[in-house]
Amino acid sequence: MKRDLPAVPVLDVQGVHKCFTLHLRDGLQLPVLDGVSLQVRAGECVALVGPSGRGKSTLMKCLYGSYAVDAGALWLQRENGERIDLARAAPRELLALRRREIAYVSQFLRALPRQGAQDVVAERLLQAEPVGVEPDADPLDDGPFQAALDSAREQVRSLFARLNLPPGLWGLPPATFSGGEQQRVNIARGFILPSRLLLLDEPTASLDAANRRVVIELIHEAKQRGSAIVGIFHDEEVRDAVADRQIAFTSH
Amino acid sequence: MSATPAPLLHVQGIGHRFAGAHDGHWAVQDASLELHAGEVLAIVGESGSGKSTLLNIVAGRIAPSEGRVLYRRREGDEIDVHAVGERQRRELARTEWGFVEQHAHEGLRMNVSAGANVGERLMGQGERRYATLRETAVRWMERVELDAARLDDSPRGFSGGMRQRLQIARNLVTRPRLVLMDEPTSGLDVSVQARLLDLIRLLVGRLHLSALVVTHDLGVARLLAHRTLVMRHGRIVEQGLTDRVFDDPQHPYTQLLVSSVVAA
Repeated sequence: MKRDLPAVPVLDVQGVHKCFTLHLRDGLQLPVLDGVSLQVRAGECVALVGPSGRGKSTLMKCLYGSYAVDAGALWLQRENGERIDLARAAPRELLALRRREIAYVSQFLRALPRQGAQDVVAERLLQAEPVGVEPDADPLDDGPFQAALDSAREQVRSLFARLNLPPGLWGLPPATFSGGEQQRVNIARGFILPSRLLLLDEPTASLDAANRRVVIELIHEAKQRGSAIVGIFHDEEVRDAVADRQIAFTSH
Repeated sequence: MSATPAPLLHVQGIGHRFAGAHDGHWAVQDASLELHAGEVLAIVGESGSGKSTLLNIVAGRIAPSEGRVLYRRREGDEIDVHAVGERQRRELARTEWGFVEQHAHEGLRMNVSAGANVGERLMGQGERRYATLRETAVRWMERVELDAARLDDSPRGFSGGMRQRLQIARNLVTRPRLVLMDEPTSGLDVSVQARLLDLIRLLVGRLHLSALVVTHDLGVARLLAHRTLVMRHGRIVEQGLTDRVFDDPQHPYTQLLVSSVVAA
């Protein structure tokens, strides 16, 4: 499946360094990323490969903004053509990007306690298109909000159905779900909106074969819509099915 | 990125020494922060870190020894909270801000009914029609998940969690542009705390509140705040995206705080 990829990469990682300093361990230094560079174009999926502990997930967290980087740049070409260095973006810029342009599917679901699975995912749709932001919106009138929530839930339910998540679970908080069920909630949260940059950290680790195939389809659809994808896939079948290139993380 | 709008709140170089404090003791020192509309910022730290003093300075309740608090009003102009007169400060507190106290009885009027507590701030803004006040109070009680049948009851008969809900309704009824909260869930039973936190989170998301929340509970910050600021011995030692502060803490003290939390 060769396509002509656009010249300017969506993601341009230049010489990223990341070292953890453990102050509670006498300032022990743990260097994790030592000058990592990579580019990902629209519609391309790049797989990070290598043994555990080489910084693959760390790079993902740096791209999402959960980790700071010590040196280097993480250039993202945004939907509107602007370039922004994620390493230096202000918190509110990162939050805005997370709402609309960057999605992250991690291995673990950090869901809010007491929130139903469908609302964990619907929330992302509501955050991307907030209702009632106007200063004169009536805080007591739930009509427009309820309408937006209903339509968001509708969208979520069809994705849940596609991921074979049992309907009996949709309204329940995911804390008690099995690993594979939680992972599907996480996947739904990542794929419910089209993203410019999609970060996938072991998205199929706890899934059975049928659900792995659904995720492979979702990844192909995201590529067709022009997402740039960075993924960690220990499952070689999935990796071979979706990755256009591999980047080896071998040593520090 | 697109042009950055001016922040709602701009706190510049705040320092404060309480009268009679021993030599060299600053309750707050060199504290600066910005808050944009729609943002929730948590201020975390242990007792005595200066976080509540800083909140009270922002609220105009304590005049700082150093620094300025600039607030952008509804009209778009920026005012220096501590340079204007007391009357103007009180008007801000009544019309543009809300303040949720840790102890609900300090933020409520305990001698009037629940409904009157909600209606009072609306009356302060000129609403005089009894039926409107009453109807609005009912709807706000429902909004904060209080039984509207208790409209005429005194908050003295309310539990701690109910009082806190009432205090929140009393504050939000005038649609404040900035909400300041001082340990809003502390001192309540754990299950009550959890439900109150759910409610605050729902209101923040639903009403797009801009808020400064002081808390010693990192879980509260994790759940509510876009950004988190860590204070120790009166100084801000770290601030940033909430998940970054907790997942990749840089300062030794933040690392200690984060590592001290027992995961449930």
